[in-house]
Amino acid sequence: MDLRYSDKELTFQEEVRGFLSQNLPGHIADAVRSGGELTKAIMEDWHAILHAQGWLATTWPTEFGGPGWTPVQRHIFEEECCRAYAPRIVPFGLNMLGPVLQTFGSAAQQAHYLPRILDGTDWWCQGYSEPGAGSDLASLKTRAERDGDHWVINGQKTWTTLGQHADWIFCLCRTDPDAKQQAGISFILVDLDTPGIDMRPIRLIEGGHEVNEVFFTDVRVPIENLVGEENKGWTIAKFLLTHERTGIAGVGFSIQALEEVKALARKQRRGGRPLIEDPLFAARIAQVEIDLEAMKITNLRMLFKAQQQGGPGPETSILKIKGTVIHQELKDLARRALGPAAAPFPGHVSDGNLTFGPPDTAQNAARYFNNRKTSIFGGSNEIQRNIVTKTMLEL
Amino acid sequence: MDFNLTEDRQMLSDTLTRFLSAQYPVGHRNQVAYEAPYHDPDLWDQMAELGVLYALVPEAAGGFGGTGFDISVVFEALGRALCPEPVLGAVMAARLLGAAGEDAAPLMIGASKFAVALSELDAPYDFADIATTASAQGAGHGLSGRKSIVYGGQVTDVLLVSAMLNGQVALFEVRAGDASVTGYGMMDGGGAAEVLLDDTPARLLIPDAAEALQDAVNAGIVALCAEAVGAMDVIHAMTVEYLKQRKQFGVPIGKFQVLQHRAVDMLTEIEQARSITIKAAADLGGGDATRFASMAKNMIGRAARLVAEEAIQMHGGIAMTWDYSASHYAKRLVMLDAQLGDTDYHLSRVMAGYVSE
Repeated sequence: MDLRYSDKELTFQEEVRGFLSQNLPGHIADAVRSGGELTKAIMEDWHAILHAQGWLATTWPTEFGGPGWTPVQRHIFEEECCRAYAPRIVPFGLNMLGPVLQTFGSAAQQAHYLPRILDGTDWWCQGYSEPGAGSDLASLKTRAERDGDHWVINGQKTWTTLGQHADWIFCLCRTDPDAKQQAGISFILVDLDTPGIDMRPIRLIEGGHEVNEVFFTDVRVPIENLVGEENKGWTIAKFLLTHERTGIAGVGFSIQALEEVKALARKQRRGGRPLIEDPLFAARIAQVEIDLEAMKITNLRMLFKAQQQGGPGPETSILKIKGTVIHQELKDLARRALGPAAAPFPGHVSDGNLTFGPPDTAQNAARYFNNRKTSIFGGSNEIQRNIVTKTMLEL
Repeated sequence: MDFNLTEDRQMLSDTLTRFLSAQYPVGHRNQVAYEAPYHDPDLWDQMAELGVLYALVPEAAGGFGGTGFDISVVFEALGRALCPEPVLGAVMAARLLGAAGEDAAPLMIGASKFAVALSELDAPYDFADIATTASAQGAGHGLSGRKSIVYGGQVTDVLLVSAMLNGQVALFEVRAGDASVTGYGMMDGGGAAEVLLDDTPARLLIPDAAEALQDAVNAGIVALCAEAVGAMDVIHAMTVEYLKQRKQFGVPIGKFQVLQHRAVDMLTEIEQARSITIKAAADLGGGDATRFASMAKNMIGRAARLVAEEAIQMHGGIAMTWDYSASHYAKRLVMLDAQLGDTDYHLSRVMAGYVSE
């Protein structure tokens, strides 16, 4: 038993810190710290900076341009990025489609798409969920019918994150309507410039534009855009869902959020003393800090296991359940610490210079509401409990 | 980073687990746990022969262990077997004897049993807030006061007692035969004692004992947390097994999602509890040991109560019975919260750090 990083890992941590302090532009870190929506330019700039360093595709094997890191190195990198307020890397091309193409794609698909993901030519988004298919993804209805050298796609995808910036979408489509639910699904790549596609914004609870719905009307896609075998898309979907769950505990973000809450509770005053000296508020912080301290170790334990077994196991569901709840609780405390000063709606205060709390807190209520998503997406926490029930409890 | 046990500790864990399952089956356990003197002298000697007590004593004091992970390995095994023997006193006494520069050999070979008497009725957790006093008495000291719920006190040979001396908490050794010791059994099995001191002769071990006592308490907390993790593993496995076997409306009740999700939540809390125990064990003796011990004891208190109550509920009436062993695990899990500081006490300790941070 040894909880410490090895000397090699500590050296790597220093290297990452040095890189971030040299290469993460101040205006980008400021934008992340403010908690508002990031512009496309900021996300692309950060993508390019990491690409230039060779630290972009952290989950890719070296033969495809990955840095060849161990799970622990990836964890250190993510934690340091959080600490430095670097933007979260947009995962759809890099962490989702990339591994899919590397595992299931043809040589031609790998040669064409992977370099374009790395250099930022193609921004990908995900066409999974539908109005009637969320955590029960296998009930999806979007239809792809063969017509000569093309697939003809009709249907609707939804919750398409950052689709407004995307050039391409990877879709799960039903290619055999007569087969059993999971059996008739295929994984197809679609250029969003193809005629018949209509991407519409969905305004979220806090007012932001983060997700979209995508309508497909007789969209013609070349047959070579099928990944893997026809009607075998469910295998890919399952593969991808485990990838989506790794790192989903968001420990780095929670560490950062805890520090912010403590700093805020020191500045805010109630009854003539700092809020952090109010025993009820301090107890709320202490409770979640203890949970987070345990979560850090749980996360390392699962990393260690993944490193030994060569991949994440069903325990990642436990990380997701607990990690999201901890993060949501911290976002609640950040909102609560401001009291009524959390209520003014950013963008709806006529004097832009007017402030209600310390710097970088104007979005605290918005972030609280926005982060309710984390226990829903990536397989809701209830679905994660179903997974643990089957795989670990064997009930 | 390595979350595997070392070979030595794995062997200790396996040996002790095998010994306890062979020699301390549940029937015998319940007999020992609930009948005076709440202790099995033969098995205690055999455990000592296995080297279990040596493993609890730091190398500096002549043992071959004493780190947080040595303690946690032993207590996880004790927790799985729900062993009521007074091993906690040995863990804490080993630290205190080490701090005092005393010989730990009688403890390690199992010749003398030690109990650590810190708690008082009006000061169950804060060892600095005590009413027992010491006064000079010839070459030694005399202690006066009442020490309460002294775990293992019913069979102890030696008491390590805290008392106020010149405005400081000091640590004394009292021979059990010199004090008025009244033993009794506990709700969750095992025994304790009230220790009445009335100018009772005592030998001063540490004049300013705050630091040593805190270290002993931290070690005791690691032990209790690991014991809870072991017991939680067992009761959770029993619960999952029961969900598979018990049928209602023609199907195993484990097919009901409302129970499945609750069983998963139990598992999640157990894994979190295991993690924080590892953290407290790793930091024992270090600069942040007290903070992480408090975090661990708080989380264990919450998790253990949840797991105990959920296990009873999901078993239905059966876990309400004396004859089904889950009931005894549940009692231990709930009651150990009241040893060495409960959930609320340790939460307030963590909070207290915020003002000075």
